[in-house]
Amino acid sequence: MIQHKNIIAAYSIMILLIIAVGILQSWTIALTILNYCLISAVMTIGANIQWGYAGLINFGIMGYTALGGLAAVLVNVPPVKEAWKAGGSGMVVSLILIIFGVYVIRTVLRKFENSKKRNYVVAATIIIGFIIIRYISGPAIENIEAVDPAKTGFLGGLGLPIIFSWIVGGLFAAGIAFIVGKIALGLRADYLAIATLLIAEIIVSIIKHEDWLARGVKNVIGLKRPVPYEVDLQSSTWFIDLVEKFHSKKLDLITSLSERQDVLNQLVIDASSVYVKLCLAGLFLSVVIILLILTQKALYSPWGRKMRAIRDNEVAANAMGKNVVKEHLLIFILGSAIVGIAGAMMVTNDGLFTPGSYRPMRYTFVIWVMVIVGGTGNNFGAILGGFVVWFLWVEAAPIALFFINLFTSHLEETNALKAHLIQSAAYFRFLLVGIGLLIIMRYRPKGIIPEKINIKKI
Amino acid sequence: MDFINAIILLLNYTVIPALTYGSQLALGAIFVTLVYGILRFANFATGDMMSFGTMVAVLLTFYFQSLGISFGFLPTALLTIPPAILAMIFYMLFIDKFVFSYYRIKKSPPVQLAMVSVGVMFVTQAIIRIIIGPFDRRFFDGEKFILKANEFKEMTGLNEGLAIKSTQAITIFVTVIVVSIMFWFLNRTKTGTSMRAYSDNEDLALLSGIDPKKVVLITWIIAGILATIGGVLYGLDKSYRPFVYFNNMLPIFAAAIVGGIGNPFGAFLGGYVIAFAEILVTYAYKKFFTYLLPEFMEPDSLMQLLSTDYKFAVSFSILVIVLLFRPSGIFKGKTL
Repeated sequence: MIQHKNIIAAYSIMILLIIAVGILQSWTIALTILNYCLISAVMTIGANIQWGYAGLINFGIMGYTALGGLAAVLVNVPPVKEAWKAGGSGMVVSLILIIFGVYVIRTVLRKFENSKKRNYVVAATIIIGFIIIRYISGPAIENIEAVDPAKTGFLGGLGLPIIFSWIVGGLFAAGIAFIVGKIALGLRADYLAIATLLIAEIIVSIIKHEDWLARGVKNVIGLKRPVPYEVDLQSSTWFIDLVEKFHSKKLDLITSLSERQDVLNQLVIDASSVYVKLCLAGLFLSVVIILLILTQKALYSPWGRKMRAIRDNEVAANAMGKNVVKEHLLIFILGSAIVGIAGAMMVTNDGLFTPGSYRPMRYTFVIWVMVIVGGTGNNFGAILGGFVVWFLWVEAAPIALFFINLFTSHLEETNALKAHLIQSAAYFRFLLVGIGLLIIMRYRPKGIIPEKINIKKI
Repeated sequence: MDFINAIILLLNYTVIPALTYGSQLALGAIFVTLVYGILRFANFATGDMMSFGTMVAVLLTFYFQSLGISFGFLPTALLTIPPAILAMIFYMLFIDKFVFSYYRIKKSPPVQLAMVSVGVMFVTQAIIRIIIGPFDRRFFDGEKFILKANEFKEMTGLNEGLAIKSTQAITIFVTVIVVSIMFWFLNRTKTGTSMRAYSDNEDLALLSGIDPKKVVLITWIIAGILATIGGVLYGLDKSYRPFVYFNNMLPIFAAAIVGGIGNPFGAFLGGYVIAFAEILVTYAYKKFFTYLLPEFMEPDSLMQLLSTDYKFAVSFSILVIVLLFRPSGIFKGKTL
């Protein structure tokens, strides 16, 4: 019961904080923060499944987020017909060759026993395959990238609504997680952390530099939203009527007709952006709730108990006949898929895909801080961590600025120290998050809302 | 003649840069490996600790320059290394006292210590950015070249020039000295032996009367020296930018693991393995083959295995391959 009270109290404080931002700064900022909090919450659910349920460290969150974003581009952007004509066939042939090569290597590995000869055959297949694929894809890539490079220069996507990409992003991430898991899951905990981090770095560098795929660092802009656009809202009568009704008291006070119209226009512009953000927030919230229900059900199912048993004592669980390797792989894929969904959601929210912005600091370490601060192994804790840390991450600069001004108010405006501090106010977010993590690790190692283990008394 | 030209070409564009970059990585990798072997955790604050030491050196260099102190034809930054090392060691011991020692005494699992080091990474990064800002800073002064490409051409009459930057020479020279002193210390002195014993088997080392506090102290001192020197050399050769230093943590980790984590000699060689792989795989061999092959066989493509964008990806792929086939690294890891 105390646990429930804690959870409710913590979440109410969080909601109050966001409302406070809405009142003190603006509702648009508050809703932007809320949306990112919800996306972060999806990521932390993914990381928490891996770390909290099974004790697997996945520092590759950045890579799966980027894959989700890639999925959003590939699903939403309409196909570029000229590019397909210019080099589509070459790329398809290369893809078929890659699949064929993987199939050949698989059969060689399966059919023949481990020997030097076999290894040489595998190595030769890889090298020859690589050269052939480069020979075929090289000109094709050049042709594709030459098609109107300022606007397209890539193959484009399917032209479907972006909502589908949330599923596709999950599938992409799951597929890559399967491969990564096969490679890396046998490693010890801290090796696994480093290996996943580096593999994620490889994934991001491929997305960044393969321009034919998603324009690389040239970014993809103008992805279509699943919710109405501000411009359309501002010209539709029902929305203006709604705003008028909502603010009728304030508007009635104004007597002059032209002035009233100006105020109304301003209100409609503000309200349209708030409305769009609310729609997105509704979509994200439903994803969070669905995932929360599913993960809670899984946590208290026999499967969840099995995972906890594996986490707490791998050897004993193995002795009980649980297939530790298989379960680790499964949970690694599930967690990564959820992160992939979050990646697609984030690109949906932004409406643009910027591969250059995927950096380990923001997309791996901050997410990990969220999970640890919130409470490992407890989904409510992890989601709360996502909210708290993201809130701090965004609001750290204004808070820091406030304190800098407070403490240096006796100094002159031209004081070098004061100017320097004000200039670097943005970096106080690292300090805040880092110190927060260190304090939580030291004094509350299980997080704000710790994991609750039900042991039934006889 | 063509053959010599080809060799000089490779020396100039691959071997010398790779040796330099490899030395910088090697110093960092030994730092990672020492912390992993003796303090028993993967230190995710590696890059930022190197950055901290370099920041002190950069600030001191600017101060010295404003005073008019210089080091002749050598960069002023070399003068600032000793005080920077002191600051670095002080900072590391401070962090250890207030953060790491608690978990070490409690005998927390290495994963928890690694997470704590992530917290240290955040804090260090904040301190650096607040003090010096995130911008690119060049602090190299003094003679730029030891051997200029044109001079070399005139001297030998070859088509290809060989240029040696003074930072490259300094890097290799300093690395050789520092690393040999360190190996001498670890292998020949009593304190070094006690550190190796502690790394091999903590309980047995404690039973034989080795003072763990002293071992930890010495480890941080060596770590501080390596981190600062590695960072300053990298900054002199390229430039100082906090974000780049954070990213350098990744190839450094790769080098340490490839060499066998916990094994300083492995880490030393691992640095060069990573550096050579990165540069050799992404170098365009067109000109090289134009010298070697007869005219009708001359290549018309760039003869580049992978574009230079994939520099980092190459070293990480090597890491993945090593982890797959030899998880303990090329040289058996986990003995110091």
